Amino acid sequence: MKSVLAVLTVVAAIVAIWYAACAPMNIKGVLTELERGGAQVVPEGAPTRRDMSAIGLVVANSFAIPATWAQERPRLPAPHQVAVELWQTTVMKKITSKRSLIFHGWVTLSATLLGFAIGTGLGVVLAVGIVHSRVMDMSVMPWAIVSQTIPIIALAPMIIVVLYSIGVQGMLPKAIISAYLSFFPVVVGMVKGLRSPDHMQLDLLRTYNASASQGFWKLRLPSSMPYLFASLKIGIAASLVGAIVGELPTGAVSGLGARLLAGSYYGQTVQIWSALFAAGLLAAILVGILGVIERITLKRMGMA
Amino acid sequence: MTGQAVIEARDLNLVFHTNDGPVHALKDVNLTVEKGDFVSFIGPSGCGKTTFLRVMAALEQPTGGTITVNGMTPDEARRKRAYGYVFQAAGLYPWRTIAKNIKLPLEIMGYSKADQNARVEAVLKLVDLEGFGGKYPWQLSGGMQQRASIARALAFDADILLMDEPFGALDEIVRDHLNEQLLALWARTGKTIGFVTHSIPEAVYLSTKIVVMSPRPGRIADVIESPLPRERPLEIRDTPEFIEIAHRVREGLRAGHSYDE
Repeated sequence: MKSVLAVLTVVAAIVAIWYAACAPMNIKGVLTELERGGAQVVPEGAPTRRDMSAIGLVVANSFAIPATWAQERPRLPAPHQVAVELWQTTVMKKITSKRSLIFHGWVTLSATLLGFAIGTGLGVVLAVGIVHSRVMDMSVMPWAIVSQTIPIIALAPMIIVVLYSIGVQGMLPKAIISAYLSFFPVVVGMVKGLRSPDHMQLDLLRTYNASASQGFWKLRLPSSMPYLFASLKIGIAASLVGAIVGELPTGAVSGLGARLLAGSYYGQTVQIWSALFAAGLLAAILVGILGVIERITLKRMGMA
Repeated sequence: MTGQAVIEARDLNLVFHTNDGPVHALKDVNLTVEKGDFVSFIGPSGCGKTTFLRVMAALEQPTGGTITVNGMTPDEARRKRAYGYVFQAAGLYPWRTIAKNIKLPLEIMGYSKADQNARVEAVLKLVDLEGFGGKYPWQLSGGMQQRASIARALAFDADILLMDEPFGALDEIVRDHLNEQLLALWARTGKTIGFVTHSIPEAVYLSTKIVVMSPRPGRIADVIESPLPRERPLEIRDTPEFIEIAHRVREGLRAGHSYDE
């Protein structure tokens, strides 16, 4: 109950700041519209106002503040505008509609989940290799780190173009970009997790003359579970970012990334913001689901 | 004492190479342990008692001399699963029940399911933990966890039990109780036990042979064959014989080690 109150307080503060920010952000556009409609604004003439301080204009034209929250194409849409747009493009639209955010969300989600699966699988396999082979430890780990220093926004178009030229398109290229981002936290977490059993535990297995694979299945893998889940939570969020970024350079027509891009082409800021919120919400749900699975699993394993 | 030598060390040496230079962990160690012996290794930290136990278990490699376990090299003995090892911490897997923890070595060694279950029942009885097989480690006290780890070491047919300060982390009352149980267990199973401790009463109470060690370099200062009978109630610790042995152990420790260093 206490935490709910704390969260609500923070949300209320953000919303308040947001509304306050709308006024100076949108005031110039609003004043131009109002002046065109015959209203008296201070000072007159859009060119005169262009270089003036936005906050000064808000103070001089305080009657125009409500209008800054109700523009059709605001620079910064007000929270309720985004909320209305979200409502209309999710609940009020059929999910088959090209304007439904559920439809676009699903397109992105499917690529995210595929990419997450590929990335997690790859990450675990690499981690097992790194833990069991010194050669892999020396050779793979540096490259895994280097791979994450390249901005994905620069790499994504190349991945898509290269895959397109060999006939791969649609969901898979996006999933591969997702996997590219999500394998790394899994590698790092799993290497740490698989190495987490202490000397005593490893010595104990040695006294049983256990093979490396027995040590892996009976000790290392179960021990790594807390680390794996921490990595998965980072990985799935990274996957979502990857899928969205993968939709940007291709001029994709569907997906949350496509919504972001179309919104920015046509100055539809409300659409951009609602797509952003949809993406944020999706990430929160995915991380939340993993958190629940984590709690149940670790509790059952007596590690929570 | 005529028996079959289970562990035989001749001029055993072990030098660790550290950043601060070589450390002579074991120097010219000679020892014979006979079948059915209960041997305690006692000495201050750094005297090599744990290292010696680890050499027997092939967890450390000696740099000189010879040692045989059941007539084999320690590593061969390890591969033949000739010994069970009990560490200072119970080290039970939290994701396994007590029964499943005891099954761990049995699974690794490929015992059949039916055999596994029978053995778990038998060893749980041996350590007085009947009915606790379905519990998870966190549901048990520290002493019970350590007993479960002893059961795990007993579950397969090793006739040597190596114990590295198994009761070191437990309080004195629990420790007395476990010592009594360990003696009973030893009497019932006839195993050869190597036991590292830093408690003089514990060593004297349990052992047929007390190996007093001293540090820098780690070496054997004295080997005491205990005249106490094998049947030992806790009250034996108040008898003059017991006190005399304890005195001799203390003398051995004092001679081997100056605390002014």
